[in-house]
Amino acid sequence: MKALMFFSDFIIPGVFLLIILSGLKNRVDIYKSFTEGAVDGFRTVVGIMPTLIGLMVAVGFLRASGALNMLSRALAPATGLIGFPPEAVPLALMRLVSSSASAGLLLDLYKTHGPDSFLGRFVSVMMSSTETVFYTMSVYFMSVKVTKTRYTLASALIANLAGIIGALFITKAAFGY
Amino acid sequence: MLNFVWGFMIIVGVVAAAFTGSLNPLTNAAVSSAQDAVSLCVKMLGIIAMWSGMMKIAEDSGLVPALAGKMSPLLRFLFPNLPPGGPAVKYISANFIANILGIGWAATPAGLKAMEELQKLNPRKDAATKSMCMFLIFNMSSLQLVSVNIIAYRAECGSKNPAEIIGAGLLATLVSTAAAVLCAKIFEALAPEERS
Repeated sequence: MKALMFFSDFIIPGVFLLIILSGLKNRVDIYKSFTEGAVDGFRTVVGIMPTLIGLMVAVGFLRASGALNMLSRALAPATGLIGFPPEAVPLALMRLVSSSASAGLLLDLYKTHGPDSFLGRFVSVMMSSTETVFYTMSVYFMSVKVTKTRYTLASALIANLAGIIGALFITKAAFGY
Repeated sequence: MLNFVWGFMIIVGVVAAAFTGSLNPLTNAAVSSAQDAVSLCVKMLGIIAMWSGMMKIAEDSGLVPALAGKMSPLLRFLFPNLPPGGPAVKYISANFIANILGIGWAATPAGLKAMEELQKLNPRKDAATKSMCMFLIFNMSSLQLVSVNIIAYRAECGSKNPAEIIGAGLLATLVSTAAAVLCAKIFEALAPEERS
């Protein structure tokens, strides 16, 4: 698992080097491209800000009212069987529906448990290996007016479940829990 | 969808708070969460803008199209029914590469074009073809190599090493993508051929 940690340290500098070399080789005006892209990134963040405010307030409500804790406690016996942290269940479900709502829950977990705790690391890995299935499916199928989606949803849910369980075991192995 | 989710979250929060007698913490939570959201966005701006800038160079230098070209053996395996080199395959590979690199704004337009092209090849316009199912299942299996957002969130919440989860995240992504392909191929073999 040393290799995995080395890879984590290496990938971002590696990607930077590769992109800069490829840009210079193809005579791209790299600094201009960079600033243009950075403006796009700026717009993306500003664009998600209103959504994030709305959803973080909603998650704050769920947390402060005790509803989130009640849900976790109710689920604890079932999730305990495979060593799945019950606090992560609302996040795992929300992840399928909306990426901004799940970001709200994710940040709440980081704040209450710390990003470097087992739970914090596990949910980080889980978020990397799952996708907003319901949202993506409805956008793509609606765009071409396909209503019979056949086995798409079943397969996507199985894949996401595999990603969640995989994330649990990989986090345990990678960080030695 | 979000209307119901969001509305539901707020209603549950208020009702639960009324029962547990924590209406005052609820008010404080509303104020502090809204502030947190803004400070988070401000802190994320730097990381996301930096990454988008790098990805723009990758796009302009032809790295992204070159990577898309390298995907053709995989695409032949995933989409045996599609003409290789056709527009559908071209948009699908652009969508996959954009997803892998985490450039969301490039992924969605290419993905919608891919669906449009797949629909042209569809004999029955209301039902998904096997290629459409495979495209979406693969797409929704999480392809992103580096989750920059997650790293930004971790950094903002005081992680000592925000990037430490990249390797584990990548491995978990491989697990979900492998499960997606396996599952889609099994269903594909069981499903009847599409007819008009």
